[in-house]
Amino acid sequence: MNSIRRFFVDRESLAPALVTLFAAVFSLLAGIVLIFIVSKQPLQSVQNFLLAPFLRSYNFYYLLIVMVPITFTGLALCVVYQLRYMSLIVDASLYVGAVVATAIGTQISLPAGIHPAVAMLAAGLVGGLIGLLPAILKIRWRANELVSSLMLNYVFYFLGSFIILYYLRDRSQTILSSLPFKRTFLLPRLVPNTQLHVGFLIAAAFVALVTIFLYRTRWGYEIRITGANPRFAMYAGIPVTTVVLYAHFISGFLGGVGGAVEMSGLYRAFIWQMDPSYAWDGVIVAMLARRNPKFVPVSALFLAYLRVGADFMSRRGDVAFEFITLLQGLIILILASDRIVNYFKERRLRKQVLKSQGESR
Amino acid sequence: MINFILGVVTSANYWFIVLRSTAPILLVTLGAVITAQAGIMNMALEGSMLWAALVGVIASSATGNAWIGLLAGVGVSVLVALVLGFFALKLDANAVLSGVALNLVATGGTVFVLFSLTGDKGISSSLPSKVLPALTIPLVKDIPWIGKVISGQNIIVYIAALSVVFVDFILRRFTIGRRIRATGENIEAAKAAGIDPVRIKFFALIVSGVLAGLAGCFLSMGYTSNFTSGIAAGRGYVANAAQVVAGGTAVGSIFAAMLFGLMDAMATYLQNIGLMPELIQALPYAVTILGFVVVTFVRDRREAERKRRLFASSTMKKENVGGM
Repeated sequence: MNSIRRFFVDRESLAPALVTLFAAVFSLLAGIVLIFIVSKQPLQSVQNFLLAPFLRSYNFYYLLIVMVPITFTGLALCVVYQLRYMSLIVDASLYVGAVVATAIGTQISLPAGIHPAVAMLAAGLVGGLIGLLPAILKIRWRANELVSSLMLNYVFYFLGSFIILYYLRDRSQTILSSLPFKRTFLLPRLVPNTQLHVGFLIAAAFVALVTIFLYRTRWGYEIRITGANPRFAMYAGIPVTTVVLYAHFISGFLGGVGGAVEMSGLYRAFIWQMDPSYAWDGVIVAMLARRNPKFVPVSALFLAYLRVGADFMSRRGDVAFEFITLLQGLIILILASDRIVNYFKERRLRKQVLKSQGESR
Repeated sequence: MINFILGVVTSANYWFIVLRSTAPILLVTLGAVITAQAGIMNMALEGSMLWAALVGVIASSATGNAWIGLLAGVGVSVLVALVLGFFALKLDANAVLSGVALNLVATGGTVFVLFSLTGDKGISSSLPSKVLPALTIPLVKDIPWIGKVISGQNIIVYIAALSVVFVDFILRRFTIGRRIRATGENIEAAKAAGIDPVRIKFFALIVSGVLAGLAGCFLSMGYTSNFTSGIAAGRGYVANAAQVVAGGTAVGSIFAAMLFGLMDAMATYLQNIGLMPELIQALPYAVTILGFVVVTFVRDRREAERKRRLFASSTMKKENVGGM
């Protein structure tokens, strides 16, 4: 309640919210303009794009399913962005996490319930270790973490698909697929006769956990202070290197768990033919949420809404699904531009200054 | 295995492929070098290449002329660099993030445009696009082994080699190079010396745009004869790592790009004998990181050594003064 009042009364916090809204609306409008340029039946396409989740109940559940992995990568990137680091290694963490989960889901027998939990934990640990790499390269050799993480993403992608191909592949299938998961590994469905799985609740729980961690614990506080001002953090006696390392471990952990949840929730075998690249979606989710895990579900919902709309529209019309990637780029461009972000703030400041000048005369 | 690799490494064909795979990486690495020297990281190189590769194909098939395709491709690549400059320098956006954003726009946008034009998302084979010519060098082609390696390459490969000289001249011989390095090293000092850093950075971005445009056009109009989705395959990102390996110099770029080219060509070969393509495809990226780490490690050691010496000599002088 208090935060709602603050949201409306405190205009300081209103400015960034306005920019976020502006980016969202702008991207939607840009999408509509693009549809009108290329589509032969633009009205139908726009309708499919904007109203997809409400036109078919399948689409609605699909929307919720799409939210799950991007919530995980969004949370992971919130932690990294709180540090003002740019590592995108969570992509590798998620992919390898899915591979680790596949290994556990196909090779090991465990009771239901425990089986996916063990897989998530193992995937999280491996993902966390992978998440550490760009941070270590940065601390030890001052290697730019974005560049090194992108290189490592390729390496781990090829490594992961190598493991699937040579150790876990189902050779009776013509398409690339791992052996089928054991029944005990599969997460139960949340709503019968839909694909919506318990992973949705797990993602929600992680939103709460990461929010509490970042804003209610000492470790989270140390991450935020280190990000805001590393020198100050150092002088205040915060072990900056340790903070950077555990933040990256947690970020990778979230990615790994996300990969495991996708596998046990949505699939019956590992069938990713390509890297799903959820990290890029995570970038937008985290930026729209302004690094605050509390807002991740909202921005994940918005992004999922865009994706489901684009997917539905492209399957029923003549607009390529990929235009969603284009819109995502536009959103980041707007959100990354300090001048646009500051525009609203500056305008208000200017007004205040003018007003006070008028009064003093 | 060893025999096989030895056989490959001594074959002229292998080195021909090495040069061919090195050329695009070399071009973008030079682009990354010049922008990094100016103090702005051009993360949008990947996007520049993608747009250049697509627009080159479209323009060449529309006009039937590969050169017009090249011109259009380079033009659009420069445009991407300018947009990055606009956001990073005029709107105070984080340069790395806006570069990444422009790459996303390119990844989605190129497929979107390709699909809208041809109805195909993967490949532009339905467009009758042209290919840039290969050159045979008169005398060199008759030299036994070397002729097979050096002659008969695509014209862009030779342009890439010339670009090394070009960028080296810009950075080390011309006044603009001094200004670029001044801007990159200490922006306040550069300003005090009357240099306009924004203009210098824009200049560096334009040059990098031209280089990335050449690389992109080469990929779709020489290296292969089609645009395929994601054709840049992370080379724009590799360039930003290779730039560090290159130590910020044009000549260093040759080695950095060669490192990738050697691995890339070896991957092509090893794949042919059916040797775990997944692991081998990871090689170029892994080796680039390794090179990246080794170079920064050596540089840091040298820097520490230099500081230690400086410190030692300055304390020695003080002692001398005290002795007098």
